[in-house]
Amino acid sequence: MADAALSTPTATPTPAPIPLRHLLPWAVFGLLLAALAIYFVGAEQGATSLIGGHWVHEFTHDGRHLLGFPCH
Amino acid sequence: MSARTLLVRGMLVGVAAGLLAYLFATAFGESPVNSAIAFEAAHTPPGDHDPELVSRTVQSTLGLAAAVVVYGAALGGIVALVFAVVYGRLGRLAARPTALLVAAAGFVAVELVPFLIYPANPPAVGSSETIGRRTALYFTMIGITVAAGIGATLLGRNLTARLGTWNAALIAAATFVAVVAAGAALLPAVDEVPADFPATVLWRFRLASVGTQLVLWTTIGLLFGALTERGERRRTGALRSAPPG
Repeated sequence: MADAALSTPTATPTPAPIPLRHLLPWAVFGLLLAALAIYFVGAEQGATSLIGGHWVHEFTHDGRHLLGFPCH
Repeated sequence: MSARTLLVRGMLVGVAAGLLAYLFATAFGESPVNSAIAFEAAHTPPGDHDPELVSRTVQSTLGLAAAVVVYGAALGGIVALVFAVVYGRLGRLAARPTALLVAAAGFVAVELVPFLIYPANPPAVGSSETIGRRTALYFTMIGITVAAGIGATLLGRNLTARLGTWNAALIAAATFVAVVAAGAALLPAVDEVPADFPATVLWRFRLASVGTQLVLWTTIGLLFGALTERGERRRTGALRSAPPG
């Protein structure tokens, strides 16, 4: 980090941003995937349940507690 | 640099970070979790135990690893997407510091502040009747901190030209703290720790919980930044040595 801050502007040209238009489909896809993953790790068979039973809850039990999600 | 490359890289970095966080959670988190389960068992009337679907051994090894790795991959993907939006739009900050900044901001907004308001609880703390309410409150708090973080960042960016980076960042940070404090004050408190639950176990559990998250976010920020900067250098190097055409 220090060398980036100290180097001259010519050595670090302003990076070209990715156009938001190109980003949008990947952002939608990635966020959906992430939301689904976090839901199954953090909340399925806890506050709400898509699949019945307690297997997902028990399997992710320790991770759910230690990652800070409300459990039980 | 394409959004697709960044997303895939972020998720893979998240898997690596998840494995490290799993080691940390095993070393520091499992002991307080087991103490809490022992407390729970001692306070449950005999015959009232639920049948065990997944053994404690699987829960504390494969289950914990799977949960943390999947969660890590999700966080890595989110960090990569935020990086893709922010990179080149926050002054001339290079890839490594940008990635670390995104991960640090994510840790504060998604984990640390919600944790301070609604801290993680070990087994035996929290009644099953209030799980819906507690989950809703926790995610509401995350929503408030993330919205406040995005708002404060946009505010700071708009003020930079007029006030300079330092003052603009201070005002943005103060706005974030004010909005989050107001939100936390309005939301109801959760008070469900049993009176005789050992305070040391609770403290060790909560410390292990933030520690696991800190390992996760730090690894994602550092590793994603390093790989992206290396990728960028290779790309620009290749462009210079082989002119298009």
